[in-house]
Amino acid sequence: MRFFPDAEQREFARSLDALLTAGGTPAVIRSWATGDHAPGRALWARLAEAGVFALAVPKEHDGFGPLPVELAVAFEALGRHAVPGPLVETVAAAALLDRLGDPDTAAARLPAIASGTSLVSLCLTSLGPYALDADAADAVFVVDGDTLRLAAGAGPVQPSADPARRLSRPSGGAVVARGPGVTAAAEYAADVAALATAAQALGVGRTLLARTVAYVTQRTQFGVAIGSFQAVKHRLADTLLALEFTEPLVHGAALALAAGDEGAGREIAAAKVTAGEAAYGAARTALQLHGAVGYTDELDLSLWIRKARPLRDAWGTPAACRTRVLAG
Amino acid sequence: MDLDFDAADEEFRTEVRDWLSAQVPAVPLPSLETAAGFAAHREWEATLAADRWSVVSWPEEFGGRGGSLLRWLVFEEEYYAAGAPGRVSQNGINLLAPTLFENGTAEQRARILPPMARGEVIWAQAWSEPESGSDLASLRSTAVRTKGGWLLSGQKTWSSRAAFADRAFGLFRSDPAADRPHRGLTYLMFPLDAEGVTVRPIGRLDGKPAFAELFLDEVFVPDEDVIGEPGQGWRVAMSTTGNERGLTLRSPGRFTAAADRLTALWREHGDPADTALRDRVADAVIGARAYRLFSYRGASHVLHEEGGPAGAASSLNKVYWSELDIALHETALDLLGPYGELADHAAESPAGGAWAEGYTFSLAGPVYAGTNEIQRDIIAERLLGLPKGRR
Ligand SMILES: Cc1cc2nc3c(=O)[nH]c(=O)nc-3n(C[C@H](O)[C@H](O)[C@H](O)COP(=O)(O)OP(=O)(O)OC[C@H]3O[C@@H](n4cnc5c(N)ncnc54)[C@H](O)[C@@H]3O)c2cc1C
Repeated sequence: MRFFPDAEQREFARSLDALLTAGGTPAVIRSWATGDHAPGRALWARLAEAGVFALAVPKEHDGFGPLPVELAVAFEALGRHAVPGPLVETVAAAALLDRLGDPDTAAARLPAIASGTSLVSLCLTSLGPYALDADAADAVFVVDGDTLRLAAGAGPVQPSADPARRLSRPSGGAVVARGPGVTAAAEYAADVAALATAAQALGVGRTLLARTVAYVTQRTQFGVAIGSFQAVKHRLADTLLALEFTEPLVHGAALALAAGDEGAGREIAAAKVTAGEAAYGAARTALQLHGAVGYTDELDLSLWIRKARPLRDAWGTPAACRTRVLAG
Repeated sequence: MDLDFDAADEEFRTEVRDWLSAQVPAVPLPSLETAAGFAAHREWEATLAADRWSVVSWPEEFGGRGGSLLRWLVFEEEYYAAGAPGRVSQNGINLLAPTLFENGTAEQRARILPPMARGEVIWAQAWSEPESGSDLASLRSTAVRTKGGWLLSGQKTWSSRAAFADRAFGLFRSDPAADRPHRGLTYLMFPLDAEGVTVRPIGRLDGKPAFAELFLDEVFVPDEDVIGEPGQGWRVAMSTTGNERGLTLRSPGRFTAAADRLTALWREHGDPADTALRDRVADAVIGARAYRLFSYRGASHVLHEEGGPAGAASSLNKVYWSELDIALHETALDLLGPYGELADHAAESPAGGAWAEGYTFSLAGPVYAGTNEIQRDIIAERLLGLPKGRR
């Protein structure tokens, strides 16, 4: 029983933070939102070098994984820095291709994912019609019922409320596999995606809180820092509470997935809904306590604020997650 | 990072479970907030103590098993899952005992702890006063020096179960000339049947009579019943308030068990079309799980790293468990529909009145042990580093 990150996991998170701080993500995000993917791909390559994508790929295909706990640690860091791109989709696609039981497809795709040379998007039509960042991806997989296709094209981008999330309907393409194996692999991939999204949302919430705490300490009104007003304090205390009690759910879910527990899906759903609500709550609080400046897209804060709600709903809406928690 | 218990922990769990399944009364005891219930619960405390289950984490010499925090959490999970009676001795065990372990003398520990573990002496907490609630340091009751001890005078209030308890512990102003309200306080223990003590029961929200106010008129307390140094009462008291807010008062086992019962209730009575209620059930269940994992993580931190839980972190616990407790019980009452309003002593009250009594009790959670407003201030100032505001 040692239910907190060990030294190595903490060191991994620290090194990612250092890498991403140096990477200046706000500028990367703003380019990504205009369709200029070059800075994002450069950052992606550095993340791959740090081992992020290899965590989702098994050893026989040049990966280190699958390592759900480390993946959760990494995605929390990606969320803290609001890194753009089909991050969740790429690791979920890796999980799907790994589980498919088709060694040729796995051998053809997984090493490139691990090394960071391949960005992949994934759309499960049971969860929605859109693929994230298909225009930037090297491959777009679509699961429709029991059929897995490699899409032919990305289709026109439908702007998201978060400009850094570029949505489109992938079209056509060749069938890669069909049958119950696809359904099972897709279910597993959805779990991995939900876990990674939960961790990412937790990271987004952490940054929203940290930036807001810094702001209310420095902004003065009525002659004192606004952070000394109780209404402000209590809202931030509630934000911290929500995030502090989310973290063990996310790590617990990752442990359950790593152990192959039967109830892992339920725990991931619990983590996902809680993380999504906590991050969204943090975003609402951040906006409110920044006042009008919080309502502008000029402040970098908006990059996190606008991410929170899409993450809350991606890869399992709150209602779907809650239903799953109670499913027997 | 792992969540597995070792074989010895699992063995311990089985031992606890077996003992409880043999010993837990088949018919629930009457409420411990009533005279008859109080007496029945005292007997239950003795049964627990006879097999050294009343204080598993205490050293063996005081009646415990020297168990780790983790073992204690396991014990509590099994305890509540088995539907075992509430602990009438909890003020002593959770509040006074940690204070004595930290600040008491060896003589005090040897004299006070074993009878506490056996339920022979039940303790009440005498901190609050009519004019001193959240601003506890403003308290006015006095301790005046006399030969061989102190004379206590003043009024204490909101003392849980003091109407039936044996002894009390509390803070008194021993140096009225001290320059700040936190200075010049002394922490003392006194018998509730001593000369000069008048106990007046106060009905709780549900009318149960165990709540009380205490009037003290020159009550003599010998020097041996001072905890820590005279004048250092505030420091002594604050060193253990974390226990009240944190883990030991509200172990996750209680909420896990309630969440399991709520899930069963939902499966039995839930209307699948009522998605709003479904979501509340799910959130309460998730909340109990989050609290459990948070607690286990905290315990494993204490076990594996140096240092105990940070004082201010217990404020996170306090706000979380008190709001979770209300959510669990409100949701259950809503699921029960027309039966939700029945009082716990109504003959037809569902689950023998457990939801009704739990609900009433939960309503006080955000008030006692430091109100949630005060806890949020502590979280904001000590954990987030926000500036102190006007109090
Ligand atoms: C069921 C129950 C059991 C109890 N058991 C015991 C016991 O055994 N022993 C004992 O000593 N005491 C006990 N108490 C008393 C408890 O500790 C006090 O009720 C508590 O400290 C609050 O004090 P108060 O009731 O005087 O409220 P007040 O301090 O008057 O507060 C009233 C309201 O004002 C708010 N408020 C006060 N100051 C501030 C501030 N600075 N900022 C924002 N809001 C503020 C409070 O949060 C609260 O909402 C018990 C209380 C209850 C309900």
